[in-house]
Amino acid sequence: MMLGIESWTLARPELFLAAVTALLLVYGVVRGEVATPFVSTATALALLVTAVLLFVPYREGTAFASLFIVDRLTTTMKALVLVGSAIAILMSRAYFERIKAWRFEYPLLVALATLGMMLMISANDLMALYVGLELQSLALYVIAAFHRDSVRSTEAGVKYFVLGSVASGMLLFGASLIYGFCGGTAFVQISRALIEGRGGELGVVIGLVFVVAGLAFKVSAVPFHMWTPDVYEGAPTPVTALFAVAAKIAAMSLMISVLMGPFKPLFAQWQQIVVVASVLSMGLGAFAALRQQNFKRLMAYSSIGNVGYILLGLASGTEKGIQSVVFYLAIYLVMTMGVFAVILMMKRRNVMVENIADLAGLARSEPTMALALLVFMFSQAGIPPLAGFWGKLYIFIAAVEAGLYVPAVLGVLASVVASYYYLRIVKVMYFDEPAEALDRPAFSVNRAVAFAAAILVAAFSLAPQPLSLVAAAAAKGLFP
Amino acid sequence: MSSWPILSLITFLPLVGVFFCLVVNGPKEAVDRNCRSAALLTSVVTFLISLLLWARFDATKAGFQFEEKLDWVPALNIGYHMGIDGISLFFVLLATLLTPICILSAWDAVRVRVKEYMIAFLVLETFMVGMFSALDLALFYVFFEGVLIPMFLIIGVWGGERRVYAAFKFFLYTLLGSVLMLLAIIAIYWQLGTSDIPTAMEKLSLPFTWQCWLFLAFFASFAVKMPMWPVHTWLPDAHVEAPTAGSVMLAGVLLKMGGYGFLRLSIPLLPEATQYFAPMIFGLSVVAVIYTSLVALVQEDMKKLIAYSSVAHMGLVTIGAFILNMQSVQGSMFQMLSHGIVSAALFLCVGVLYDRMHTHEIAVFGGLVHRMPRYAFVFMFFTLASIGLPGLSGFVGEFLVLLGTFKVNTWVAFLAATGMFLGAAYALWLYRKIIFGELTKESLKAILDMNRREVVVFLPLVLLALWMGIYPNSFLDPMAPTIDKLVGDYQAAIKLAHTASLAP
Repeated sequence: MMLGIESWTLARPELFLAAVTALLLVYGVVRGEVATPFVSTATALALLVTAVLLFVPYREGTAFASLFIVDRLTTTMKALVLVGSAIAILMSRAYFERIKAWRFEYPLLVALATLGMMLMISANDLMALYVGLELQSLALYVIAAFHRDSVRSTEAGVKYFVLGSVASGMLLFGASLIYGFCGGTAFVQISRALIEGRGGELGVVIGLVFVVAGLAFKVSAVPFHMWTPDVYEGAPTPVTALFAVAAKIAAMSLMISVLMGPFKPLFAQWQQIVVVASVLSMGLGAFAALRQQNFKRLMAYSSIGNVGYILLGLASGTEKGIQSVVFYLAIYLVMTMGVFAVILMMKRRNVMVENIADLAGLARSEPTMALALLVFMFSQAGIPPLAGFWGKLYIFIAAVEAGLYVPAVLGVLASVVASYYYLRIVKVMYFDEPAEALDRPAFSVNRAVAFAAAILVAAFSLAPQPLSLVAAAAAKGLFP
Repeated sequence: MSSWPILSLITFLPLVGVFFCLVVNGPKEAVDRNCRSAALLTSVVTFLISLLLWARFDATKAGFQFEEKLDWVPALNIGYHMGIDGISLFFVLLATLLTPICILSAWDAVRVRVKEYMIAFLVLETFMVGMFSALDLALFYVFFEGVLIPMFLIIGVWGGERRVYAAFKFFLYTLLGSVLMLLAIIAIYWQLGTSDIPTAMEKLSLPFTWQCWLFLAFFASFAVKMPMWPVHTWLPDAHVEAPTAGSVMLAGVLLKMGGYGFLRLSIPLLPEATQYFAPMIFGLSVVAVIYTSLVALVQEDMKKLIAYSSVAHMGLVTIGAFILNMQSVQGSMFQMLSHGIVSAALFLCVGVLYDRMHTHEIAVFGGLVHRMPRYAFVFMFFTLASIGLPGLSGFVGEFLVLLGTFKVNTWVAFLAATGMFLGAAYALWLYRKIIFGELTKESLKAILDMNRREVVVFLPLVLLALWMGIYPNSFLDPMAPTIDKLVGDYQAAIKLAHTASLAP
């Protein structure tokens, strides 16, 4: 196999990001704390530039002896992840300054996590997959505990670390079983071995189950979701945003490329697992969130529910299913970023608050902010004409076409239950009397993000076509 | 004539008013005043333009008119397809007529968050008109569900004591029904590869079991919206807690969405299932007519009483729609239109009292005729219209439905007719309690009669109710060809299915 210039050009965006991160790390170490604002802005910019590099010029193919693959799907997913990470960095400054943890390591860790995510997305081999996954996870463990003076933040970090390691262990164990039975770690080899009839062997199926379990942990699908609420609540809010958006999209993309790639011949086997995980996630996400008081915790359950819908799209295993997943993820990115931008603006007497009750009467004190959150909530609930509805519609179309009637019915019913807690936030903002108004947020990045997200949601609502074209093009990557 | 998109114009014109309300700035008084005027102006202009629809509507044609067709989401083969036929024409007019009336009725009554109030009503108008003129299943669903958002806010923000409970109950009940309809829509879309309604009417032919499942899914949505017994319980709560104008919209237009859905989607798309489930619908409707009329008799709240009477009237509508002959369907349509006018007016009547006394408890009032003669007349007028006095709008619909039903099933007709008798009982009882008797209550001694604005609000409704009662042909003629085709197509489909089942 050649390791020529071809490989390096394909991995150009990743190499660029790695190089910039290393340089900025050196710069940060030399200059110390004063470098933080510059490093932070530069990292965010570098992430955005990397996103541009993905497309200019666009290339496809495999590299590094087939360890690494670039196609439409991976490129689209990487673009989503990069945008999510860049926004997460931009939104974090005010938050970390307030808790006196504004250090240059934070943006760099985010960049490293993002690099790991990009490797995961592009992995074409179980080894490459694991390396990317661990790079991502190790960076995320650290930033979950980045507010080190806070008990909850450190608890979140430790919890995520311990449970995450278990999941990585499961994944590795499954990978080794598959290696043993299929005779290789490359996706192509696995796929060939399965087509040739190795798929019937019990070891392969057990290996598959372990791999899926490990991946389900990373996307926080039920029954591997237990870490999610605590970590989301405990971690600093910008980090939670990163978990909810970038990390989730990356893990989801990984799950797609593994299941739809080498394990496509075992579709019948993994479909059952994914359907069950999907239905349970939708149900738990809907019911467990009903009584939450903390907004971040609520978003954790909401994200579990969203994963349920995404998995339903994946479980249909068709081209349309993958399209629907990409479509849903893009809308999910925008909505969730918007919600977290609003959460980051919630402070009273200069102290961050994150309870739902703190939003009481927001419609009077901050009508535009309330309107933006209203749009996000109705969109999350999937009420037309808002963008979230199109996402769900796409998923359900794919599911019905694939014959998954019962999961689809359960899914729409869960979405009714879930709409209750989204509506509850609208109710608190619009129906309740204002308690003590939140501080008036000055113009900030968060405000800009919230409004940009609201406008994007509105735009997707009226014109879903461009996004669905992107999704269709991305799904072509798996169905050439 | 159809070169410019008149339907889209009517649908989206209210959003211009919304935009104005959003950007207007200044001291609160001025903003409120400007928003009120802007909302009234846009809704009146919208209504005037919608009259063009009626004027230019070709009453001899059965198909869709004023059609507009654009690609919307070609990737999913979902189009932006608008158009109206004899069934939808008058619902569009009803929605555009009631919106300015609602805005005018809230002129002085709504003092808090006027701007948001006007925005909510204008957005609601857009969704309602869009829903009645959508000819694409996805578009239909978008508008159908979109209505929930402004209505949820209207009940929740400007409602009464238990408004939060009522708003949630309204929202979740209707959402639960609608999501099942969404699955049915997806199933139809999957069968056809398109979500275009006229295409579906022509081409869709599903096996019987499929039809049944889809019918039940549509039924879940429309029966809740209608509302039919036993899923009507959200309605009294929503009505009692909603502000006056919210109740008017709810009773006047939102309830018709269920009946419209049956006529537009369930019956033409799923004829065999329609025939199969018709007895169930007759049963539920008869229960609704009798049971809710009896319940209405013991209410202590005016709005609740009228809400229950709505359920009873809607029972007659569903009977008429599913008897499926020319008279019954015409009667059912006419009953919906008449109820849209009359119940809206009755809720406005309650609103007049609520603005003065801030309660709608029946026991608080009595002997109002001595202080409010004009009000007493208007209330009497609409009470009689609601009962179905010949010469007023309510009579025509009820008579046609019963006539059509009698031809097919005398028992259903007989039981449904008892509802008319009971209806007279509760409506007159309510009227006597509130208007007649001595004016003994201290709190009512200084109550004022209707002012000029309130007279203006009621005047168009009074005239319409008279017109519909005296010369119903203005309304029946444009819808006749469409209904003729609906009934004809239905019978042809049943016949075809019958011969197919007899074939070896």
